[in-house]
Amino acid sequence: MLIKNTVGKKIIMAITGQMLVLFIVIHMIGNSAIYVGGLNAYADRVHALPLLVWIFRLVMLMIFSLHIMIGIELYLENRKAKPEGYAVKQDLRATFASKNMLWTGLLTGAFLVYHLLHFTFQVINPEIAALRIHDAAGRPDVSGMVLQSFQNPAVSSVYIFAVIMLSLHLSHGIQSSFQTLGISNERTLPGIIKTGSVAALVLFLGYVSIPLLIFIGVMKG
Amino acid sequence: MNLTLYIWRQKGPDKKGGLQQFKAENISPEMSFLEMLDVVNEQLIKIGQEPIAFDHDCREGICGMCSQVINGVPHGPQERTTVCQLHMRHFKHGDSIYIEPWRARAFPVIKDLIVDRSALDRIIQAGGYISVHTGGVPDANAVLISKKSADTAMDASECIGCGACVAACPNGSAMLFTAAKITHLAMLPQGKIEAARRVCVMTEAMMREGFGNCTNHYECQAACPKDIRVSFIARLNREFIKAQLKDTG
Amino acid sequence: MLLDGKCPSGPLSEKWDRHRRELKLVSPANKRKYTIIVVGTGLAGASAAATLGELGYNVEAFCYQDSPRRGHSIAAQGGINAAKNYPNDGDSIFRLFHDTIKGGDFRAREANVYRLAMLSNNIIDQCVAQGVPFARDYAGYLDNRSFGGAQVSRTFYARGQTGQQLLLGAYAALMRQVKTGTVRLHPRSEMLDVVVIDGEAKGITVRDMVNGHVGSYAGDAVCLCTGGYANVFYLSTNAMGSNVTAAYRAYKKGAFFANPCYTQIHPTCIPVSGGHQSKLTLMSESLRNDGRVWVPKRKGDKRASHEISNEERDYFLERKYPGFGNLAPRDIASRSAKEACDEGRGIGTSGFGVYLDFEDAIKRLGENVIRERYGNLFEMYERITGEDAYRQPMRIYPAPHYTMGGLWVDYNLESNVRGLFVLGEANFSDHGANRLGASALMQGLADGYFVIPYTIAGYLARTQPGSAAAVHPEFKKSKEDINSLTKKLLSINGKKTVSDFHRELGRIMWDNVGMARSEEGLKRALELIPELRAEFWQNVRVPGGGDDVNQELEKAGRVADFLEVGELMARDALHRRESCGGHFRVEHQMPDGEARRDDENFCYVAAWEFRGGNKEPEMHKEPLVFENVELAVRSYK
Repeated sequence: MLIKNTVGKKIIMAITGQMLVLFIVIHMIGNSAIYVGGLNAYADRVHALPLLVWIFRLVMLMIFSLHIMIGIELYLENRKAKPEGYAVKQDLRATFASKNMLWTGLLTGAFLVYHLLHFTFQVINPEIAALRIHDAAGRPDVSGMVLQSFQNPAVSSVYIFAVIMLSLHLSHGIQSSFQTLGISNERTLPGIIKTGSVAALVLFLGYVSIPLLIFIGVMKG
Repeated sequence: MNLTLYIWRQKGPDKKGGLQQFKAENISPEMSFLEMLDVVNEQLIKIGQEPIAFDHDCREGICGMCSQVINGVPHGPQERTTVCQLHMRHFKHGDSIYIEPWRARAFPVIKDLIVDRSALDRIIQAGGYISVHTGGVPDANAVLISKKSADTAMDASECIGCGACVAACPNGSAMLFTAAKITHLAMLPQGKIEAARRVCVMTEAMMREGFGNCTNHYECQAACPKDIRVSFIARLNREFIKAQLKDTG
Repeated sequence: MLLDGKCPSGPLSEKWDRHRRELKLVSPANKRKYTIIVVGTGLAGASAAATLGELGYNVEAFCYQDSPRRGHSIAAQGGINAAKNYPNDGDSIFRLFHDTIKGGDFRAREANVYRLAMLSNNIIDQCVAQGVPFARDYAGYLDNRSFGGAQVSRTFYARGQTGQQLLLGAYAALMRQVKTGTVRLHPRSEMLDVVVIDGEAKGITVRDMVNGHVGSYAGDAVCLCTGGYANVFYLSTNAMGSNVTAAYRAYKKGAFFANPCYTQIHPTCIPVSGGHQSKLTLMSESLRNDGRVWVPKRKGDKRASHEISNEERDYFLERKYPGFGNLAPRDIASRSAKEACDEGRGIGTSGFGVYLDFEDAIKRLGENVIRERYGNLFEMYERITGEDAYRQPMRIYPAPHYTMGGLWVDYNLESNVRGLFVLGEANFSDHGANRLGASALMQGLADGYFVIPYTIAGYLARTQPGSAAAVHPEFKKSKEDINSLTKKLLSINGKKTVSDFHRELGRIMWDNVGMARSEEGLKRALELIPELRAEFWQNVRVPGGGDDVNQELEKAGRVADFLEVGELMARDALHRRESCGGHFRVEHQMPDGEARRDDENFCYVAAWEFRGGNKEPEMHKEPLVFENVELAVRSYK
């Protein structure tokens, strides 16, 4: 059974992880519509297909749950396997990111809940909810909601912090998933490691730019 | 040169241990690390104390018996070198050196720096072999093996089973050790026949023994005295996926 | 008493087949009723335990290391010989046999050596089937190289780690049997005594090195695969734990010790760097394929190697043995190096060293080829000495490496104590007075995979399974003896450490029972060793207790035995008034310094019988008969 084997679990982590990365990439491309003023149109088009949206949401929920549950299980097993540490320990290859996958992952997960309540279900700041406020074209004003939210320093700090966590998670996770799926080899592994880091950086910039630019006032409605 | 040593002392498997300070004096740079410990031990014996117990045997870097974490690195600071081959010319006068045993749940401490690594043997027992009987085999040249495959098999088979990979791994995983054996045998036509079963039973044995999961820190490769590569872990993963696709039963 | 090797009659090439036909078998259903004890898990032990387990016997395997994968066979670098004749250069079973007999200076049994040469081919087949990654050429065929003492390329190798790969193959086979339950493994266990009941070996007494428990194990036969005793010299290429205890305690229980004086001093080791040195590291002799051995022509020439021009260098092996050059057999190469150093032409600060130079080979083949062939050896050399052998010649010096002597066995590998079998380096049988390179691995595996499975059945078929239980009074007595020995060692509480005594013994042995032996030196050794031994039992300090890990106690027991076997070696060396192979008596040499054998008077195996601590051992002879080779002067010129 895949889910009972040490390698099997890792393979599930890698596949779910890669699916999540794919989602994160698409989400970022969608977000960037805000730069050309197309966010409301994009959101409107997506929500025109409610059945698909809900199927997609359910699938994502399953993937997320699997990724989180197995991630926690792996962490607990690993901690049990190393009950006693060293008085002095030097890391030769391990990084902050690789050693804190659980925490960066859990923080990203916690943020996700906040993010969903904030922008998807819009129960945190109902006064700016796009579900109620519409733009000139009569579409839900997602763009306005985002702009208003990120002008609040507390909100943009939360988003920026979360993006940092996510990027750390990905800086290890992306290359690790290729290794786990056996796609890397002696020749390609260094390239995969580098590509993983670059991808994490690109995603970091793509995501962090929106709250940052709005907060410092470069981007206004 | 003179050195200050902080060495893990533990009387027995269930006893509490701790770091103890020792002085190593008049150490010559030509000495090996273990010879330096010999000098300390000889002095301890002469003043009526029990010497520090540590595993060692061939002292030429091949038996895999020696096992010490030196200043936080299994086998010490020199790359691709076992403790017994580490020489004191890599240290300088006045250095403080921390010496600790391998740490992992699967490697309980027996005494001082000696740990029980029989879990590694049990991983091999699970399937780290080709099930051939003695005698009745074909001529050695009957099955040709490409030089490249033979070379990769040899690269993997150079593992000395010291357990430094486990000691270095933040998760206490034995993936590099297991992957080296999986790769060695999977590269050879004789070993391919049992490859699917082998990868499953060996990884299961690894879990059973209480080793952790591989999360690709790559600490193991950095600590390995024989330069066993993490690309073998990728191969193990490939072999595992192949086994899953092949055998659904 | 004249000993009988029980070699089968008939033509040489048919002896083994015929013998196998005549040996009794144990039926498959009965095999599991027999328990076989195998001590040691090097090549001989692991291969024997695995094969016997596979046949269905109940096997108890013991080793002092924490895992059976660590026997010192693992350190063999160069290769393993086989008469495959893959390179088509004229090799054959007979030629391998002849080379081995000649290399052993005509002091081995013909029938044994011929069997070894025959089985060499099966070993390679077996190892390849197990997954041993021998070196291959680009077409996928096995590659061969030539090795010391041979004019054909018959050595199979796996980089510079042939011993490791062969041992891992045997270890894997052993692990497979452990899994199936036919072999029970006892790591970190040291055998301290053989239990002999009515003249038959029926078990052993073992100390658990973790909790100090001394226990009895009963069996229907005992196989000792416990290696050699080169550590009697303190500094040797053996592992720190390699010891003579198992073999020596068997000797004390009645097994004869044969040819103890035959020791091999390996020519290519890294020279000693100081008094702290704990062991010597061998550089594979395969290096002599491409390296050239030289010293300065002028005495006391302390210039750096590159400042000494070609004309000022003495490539002494090439000069003295043009036929074999740098590939002359080990004893010859070692002695020549010693002679050069004794003449004051040695190199390095100590003056005990000669150069092994790769400059010409690098010029001829390119650095990459040399790196491909010997990369790991050069690396190892650099690790130990801090010198780069691609840029400057290696410094080498001979070091004790292998002991051809060992417990006396007959053609069945059975000692004179019935049911006590001895395999691999621990026996004396196949290498005569000197072992050729790449032959030790061959012998260990031949004994374990292909000889003992047949011959032990011949013995077992004649015994009742389970005839001795560990409750027999002899077991109890043996345990008591061992416990009181432990108590004695722990209670002396003297002033010198075990290593102090070992070092002193080593010095006595190296000076007097080393590469060149004289009557005077040997007599001196026979005085000094008992004195040192007496002091040991008065003045040794073994700290700690007996009921947990106590490495000093382990060492003390081993050194106590070395202190006795050293004397036996000197005694044997003194009695053998000839020079042969690894035994060189300065009184018996040719005018040109070559060994002078005395076939008239010494063409026999000297097997020593223990007769109690205060009495001299008694020597028994097994005459050596040569029907198929002519006893010739061993010339490598």
